[in-house]
Amino acid sequence: MTSARPPKTVLVQRHGLVTRITHGINLLVVIGLLMSGLQIFNAHPALYWGHKSTFTQPWLAIQALDQGDGMAGSTWINGHGFETTGVLGYSGAPGAGEKRAFPKWATLPSYRSLGTGRHWHFFLAWIFVGNGLVYLASGLITGHVRRDLLPTRRELGLRQILQTVWDHLRLRFPRGEAARSYNVLQKLAYLAVAFILLPLMVLAGLGMSPGVDAGLPGLVSLFGGRQSARSIHFICASLIVGFIGLHVLMVLLSGPLNQLRGMITGKFRLEVREDR
Amino acid sequence: MALDRRHWLKGALATVSGLWLSACERLTDSSLVQTTLDKTEVLTRKAQRGLIPPQALAREFTPADISRDFRANGSISPGDADYRTLLQAGFADYRLRIDGLVDRPQSLSLSDIRALPARTQITRHDCVEGWSSIGKWTGAQLAPLLEQVGLKPEARFLVFHCFDTLDPEAGAKGRYYESIDLVDARHPQTLLAYEMNDAVLPVAHGAPLRLRVERQLGYKHAKYISRIEAVADFAHIAGGKGGYWEDRGYEWYAGI
Ligand code: HEM
Repeated sequence: MTSARPPKTVLVQRHGLVTRITHGINLLVVIGLLMSGLQIFNAHPALYWGHKSTFTQPWLAIQALDQGDGMAGSTWINGHGFETTGVLGYSGAPGAGEKRAFPKWATLPSYRSLGTGRHWHFFLAWIFVGNGLVYLASGLITGHVRRDLLPTRRELGLRQILQTVWDHLRLRFPRGEAARSYNVLQKLAYLAVAFILLPLMVLAGLGMSPGVDAGLPGLVSLFGGRQSARSIHFICASLIVGFIGLHVLMVLLSGPLNQLRGMITGKFRLEVREDR
Repeated sequence: MALDRRHWLKGALATVSGLWLSACERLTDSSLVQTTLDKTEVLTRKAQRGLIPPQALAREFTPADISRDFRANGSISPGDADYRTLLQAGFADYRLRIDGLVDRPQSLSLSDIRALPARTQITRHDCVEGWSSIGKWTGAQLAPLLEQVGLKPEARFLVFHCFDTLDPEAGAKGRYYESIDLVDARHPQTLLAYEMNDAVLPVAHGAPLRLRVERQLGYKHAKYISRIEAVADFAHIAGGKGGYWEDRGYEWYAGI
């Protein structure tokens, strides 16, 4: 009989120290990398496939257009144009607009400086790689990856997954014992980010380096050329932005204070019913 | 009421983004951040120099890969009087000076340079801005030329002085120049190129002579070369950072 007693609130240890520290560093560094990356992108806001730029046929381009009665920003994807004035192509306070692909608030530094953007990007990239290696190594050694991130065979059943998706859509998050561990969608998302997306980001970045391309020609070939590597680097960055948006939304919807305490101090509040 | 709230929200957003921007700027301008960022460049250079074999070749492409729309950046038609005079005479009076820390300083005409051991290569040119173009280059290899002039033991860098003034406002410091170390100077693909895509090197791409240093970004590939100077250190030249763009904040090591 479990219904006899009211549920009891307990604080459990949620995240290990290494996870919490590397997650915090990663958060700051990824934001800096995204913003300095957009500064670099702004120097030539067009993307191509293959080894070389086909200047008249980018698959993605962000431009400012002079419309006679004023400037407009436009974004082109595979030849389809969208007006994006105020954000992409042309942005800034009224009367002080600027031709720039990504707006001031999205780039590091805010003013136009490719040199400074590159300095920031490579500095942060070193920290990102070091921090990521610490996280991955510790996750593999301590068993955190196997224990907490790898889904069990049962969780991977189609019904199980669809049920979890359906619960998420109705904003019903696991409670009680089931909230002790990550749910299957969390596990899959974190595994994909930590083991595929972020490493791919580093590899595509290195593939753009002419020095690395001479020493390790297979890498850039793997991506299909330097311009493809640049496109993939940009697409992966967009996916990371999408992940952060969803990730933060989930934290906000599922009890943000408890979640943040879990990621900062490690302690997480759970409601458990005591069985006899 | 709703309007009020919208007003308030807009104000709050503007304040937050203002604080955000000034925080980013202050961070970038602080000298601690500057020196840290500069140290990263040394780390990147040492890592690449340590891991990439000194003689590793940049990939070479086939004639079918050559770009028809190869971009020309920086100066594309120098207005400098000395350059104009040489150009009008078809570079008949052009002389490349090689001096500084060398045993036998030289002054070479274009036909002297064309008589040196040459190499042809189809390579990818990567601009710091992010684009790439593929071109075919023919030129004198730098390594045998260095044997010929005899570098003194103190020589550590080659400085390429150019004809073109890219920033007229900066006076003498507005002239283009670049520098490379001896690893790149002795690399087999490092050329003084005088032909592009089987034709005489066009003015937009650096006639009569430009550097090809294939494992680095485009700004290292000095165009309109007038003089090569072997030095122990480039701190005394122009802004002291070893190149026109380096003086304006770009990395000296441009392998990334
Ligand atoms: C404001 C930004 C962020 C917040 C508030 C945040 C918050 C959190 C929280 C609360 C958890 C634990 C979830 C739980 O216990 O159920 C978590 C886990 C995780 N987050 Fe974030 N996060 C942020 C940004 C990021 C970024 C930028 C990335 C990577 C690109 C990231 C990747 C991850 C990963 C991989 C995990 C699982 C860690 C593990 O257990 O090994 N997060 N995050």
